[in-house]
Parts: sequence; structure tokens; C-alpha cells
Amino acid sequence: MTETEIRPTGSPAPSFPLDRKCPYQPPQAYADWRGDSPLSRVTLVDGREAWLVTGHAEGRALLADPRLSSDWGHPEFPVVVQRTEDRGGLAFPLIGVDDPLHARQRRMLIPSFGVKRMNAIRPMIQSLVDRLLDDMLAKGPVADLVSAFALPVPSMAICELLGVPYGDHDFFEERSRDFVGAATSAEADAAFAALYGYLFELVAKKQADPGDGLLDELIARQLEEGALDHNEVVMIALVLLVAGHETSVNAIALGALTLLQHPEQLDVLLRDPAAISGVVEELLRFTSVSDFMVRMVKEDIEVGGETLKAGDALVVSISLMNRDAKAYEDPDTFDIRRSAKHHVGFGHGIHQCLGQNLARAEIEIALGTLFARIPGLRLAVPLDEVPIKAGHDAQGPVELPVTW
Amino acid sequence: MRITIDRDRCIGSGQCVMTAPGVFTQDDDALVALVPGHEDGSGDPRVLDVPMACPVQAIEISEG
Ligand code: HEM
Ligand code: SF4
Repeated sequence: MTETEIRPTGSPAPSFPLDRKCPYQPPQAYADWRGDSPLSRVTLVDGREAWLVTGHAEGRALLADPRLSSDWGHPEFPVVVQRTEDRGGLAFPLIGVDDPLHARQRRMLIPSFGVKRMNAIRPMIQSLVDRLLDDMLAKGPVADLVSAFALPVPSMAICELLGVPYGDHDFFEERSRDFVGAATSAEADAAFAALYGYLFELVAKKQADPGDGLLDELIARQLEEGALDHNEVVMIALVLLVAGHETSVNAIALGALTLLQHPEQLDVLLRDPAAISGVVEELLRFTSVSDFMVRMVKEDIEVGGETLKAGDALVVSISLMNRDAKAYEDPDTFDIRRSAKHHVGFGHGIHQCLGQNLARAEIEIALGTLFARIPGLRLAVPLDEVPIKAGHDAQGPVELPVTW
Repeated sequence: MRITIDRDRCIGSGQCVMTAPGVFTQDDDALVALVPGHEDGSGDPRVLDVPMACPVQAIEISEG
């Protein structure tokens, strides 16, 4: 006998994700669905229903639970974003695989993203931030803070780290944007194929003529251990290049915007530049540029008075976990003096962001230097004319016209 | 205070180092290690927050 699942009927669960109205606030509807419950139900793009996890404590417990899967290659893995469909069976390293494969890949990479290594590259980030601001100031207002500053900082930094020639940046910045922000899977497939082809050749070139980036280290290590798994190195490069491009840019641009919209908070920073690390943590909590994460349930789990069944789709709302009143007092207030500790802006559990210490260094140096050098920075258009990214994408402005 | 670290679980996030930098560090593999001479937590109250900060429960604290 087959079991029929009985759920309370009524109106269908609301569609997820929705677009933000204000660039740094999650859609009001999300908070309404949540009510007082740590879990609610939503409908995904393909009509499938999913759990939406919004409670901070419940979400953290779930993200640490090995009964959840991040296996993007599983035929039943939930589709929230139009992802590429035609990857020729290639798995997405790290973010799209479960342990033990995940642990093996992560172990290979963490030395390159550790605290000491990231502290050591701070001077490199500072000098490229200085250079970009010199150029922006020399050209004069009005400037688009995204293309003049927020994008090239992380783009140059990740290229330098990986050993990818920054000269090709127009090519991969555009493909990376299309891959993540694509409206259709055909667009995402085309961007993926172009990036893959580019990196495949780059890895071959490096094998013949090694440089001193992270990719060169990976190639050397694999060759030492035996054969080079060309596909694995290329896919790791692809994930790191895309992750490096599509995240910090938003944190820098949306961070600048949020500070500009909260002048009394910005003032605290201007008077006490050492406050920057606390500012960045509060920005990560408050803006939640990665708005959600997706998982599939592998075995039944009891949580928050509900039973998640094997095979269920799960969306973990970073923005609502970060604004759970049980975890943060007055959570919808941007307050750089609060402790934003335990925010999940970088996720939680085994997949917590590999690049978080790089991202922190980039955002701290970028925003700290931007406001120190241009304390009179202001928006050149009203807030509601700032174009922002769609709800399924990483959150942030598409363009940010500023003047001074 | 007794601090137990589980380097097999550690994913190198650096949360422990950020939370209590005088007590936690990362070795050359960027895995968690205790700062020599401060294995008992050196009375730093921030250490108490580290087990919650670690994303993979690699750190335990007990009295004694
Ligand atoms: C402010 C900037 C950033 C934010 C908000 C962010 C956010 C996140 C989040 C939420 C996850 C967890 C995804 C999940 O559990 O499904 C993650 C994972 C990851 N991030 Fe970031 N990220 C940022 C910057 C970066 C940078 C600069 C890199 C550069 C390499 C990077 C590389 C990665 C990788 C490789 C993973 C997968 C880790 C794993 O599965 O073990 N991120 N990030
Ligand atoms: S917080 Fe946990 S995972 Fe992160 S470095 Fe420390 S022990 Fe490792």
C-alpha cells in the first residue's frame, strides 16, 4: 500500500524566492509567512513544495545535521534557481557534494584560505583598493561603485590567488554573471560551457608552464599523488572563480549602500575606524547577501515540532535566520555596535564558506578605505532607483551611482 | 578549563581564532590548534563562546 501524505489543505504554499523591494531588507512576505514558527512551507519554481527554515536555532541544528544532503547531482535535488542542466555529468566540487568527497576536497583547499594566509594577502588587497580609488577619484563623479570598485576588488583578488590572468576578466566576469544570474537553464548552460572551456585550457597551459597560484599548487599536488584529475581541478577552479566573483561584490556594494542609508551608523565608523570588523559582521547579518541555501532531506528528521521526510526539499533562509528575534534583539535594526555573532551570512555546518576570511579582508579593507578617503560619499540617485538583483540571485545592486 | 579540539572534524573556518585569538590558532594546514602555553584557555571568557561559534562542533569545553 502506498502512503498518501496528508497535509492541511487550503491555499497553496507561497512561491519562493521573491524579489526584494528594499535592497537590504528581505521581502516583507517572508516575515509574514514565518509568523512565530521556525518552519513554514513554500512552493519552488518547478511547483514542488519545500520546507522554509527560518528559525536561527533550528536552522543551525539542521545545517550541522548529516541527514541533509547538498548533492546537486542527485536527480531529486530541489531546483530553486535555473541551474545548468547539461554539464556532461560533472559534479560541482565542495558546495555541491556531500562528505566524504566534500571533506577530501575541502582539506586540499583550506590551507590556501586559512586565517594566516588571508592576513598575509591583506597588503595586496589594500594596494588594489588604493589603486581603484585613485582611478575613481581621478575620473570624478558620478561613478558606478559596482563596476568601478565593488567588482574589481574581489575579481582581482581571486585572480591573483588562483593564478588566473586578470587580463581576461571581461570574459569571465560576464560568463560568471550569466552562470549565476541566468533566467533560463539554456543561458546558464552556455555560460558554464564557456567558463569550463576557458579553465580547461588554462589548466593545460599551467601543467606545461607552472605559475605560483592556487591552481598551480593543486596541479602540482595531484601530479605528486599520481595522475592529474584534470576535470576535478577545472571544476574546483570554476567554483572558486564564480564564488569569488558573485559574492564579495554584493557585500561591498550593498554594504556601502546600507551605510549610506544609515548616516548615524556611518558616523560611528568614521570616528572610530577600528570598528570596521564589527561593522562587517553586522552587515553580513543584516544584509544577508546570500539569502538562502538549498538542501535535500536524506533521512527523516524531527525539528521544530515537524517531521522532515526523506526526499523532502528544504530551503534554509539565511536572511530570516539572521533576523530571528530569538537570536538578536531588535533584529530589523542595523546596529554596528551590537554583537552579530553566530550570524549565518556564510552558512553553517561543513559547507560554511571556504572564502569567508578572504571575503572579510576584502570587505573590511574596501569599505574602511572607501569611507576614509571619501567621507562625503553619497548616492547619486534616490534609493528606489537603484537597480537590484532578482530574488534567486545573490543580493545586491546591479549598479550603484555615487557622487561626492 | 579543559579545551578539547577535534582536528578531524575541523573545516578551517577560523571562527575559533576570530572569537578567542589568544587561545586558538591555525597550523600550517589551517586546521585548529591551541596557542602553546594557553591550552587551558588562560581565563579568557570569550573561549566559552567558541563551541557555539564553530560550525562543525569541533570544540568542547569542560571544567577542570
Ligand atoms: C561576502 C561574501 C560571501 C558570502 C556571503 C558567501 C556565502 C557563502 C555561503 C552562505 C556558503 C554556504 C553554502 C551552502 O552551505 O550551501 C558559502 C560556501 C562557499 N563559499 Fe562563500 N561567500 C562569500 C565569499 C566567498 C568567496 C570570496 C569565496 C572565494 C573563493 C567563496 C567560496 C565559497 C566556497 C568554495 C563555498 C563552498 C564551501 C563548501 O562546500 O565546503 N565564498 N559561501
Ligand atoms: S571554528 Fe571549528 S571548524 Fe573553524 S577553524 Fe575552529 S575548530 Fe576548525
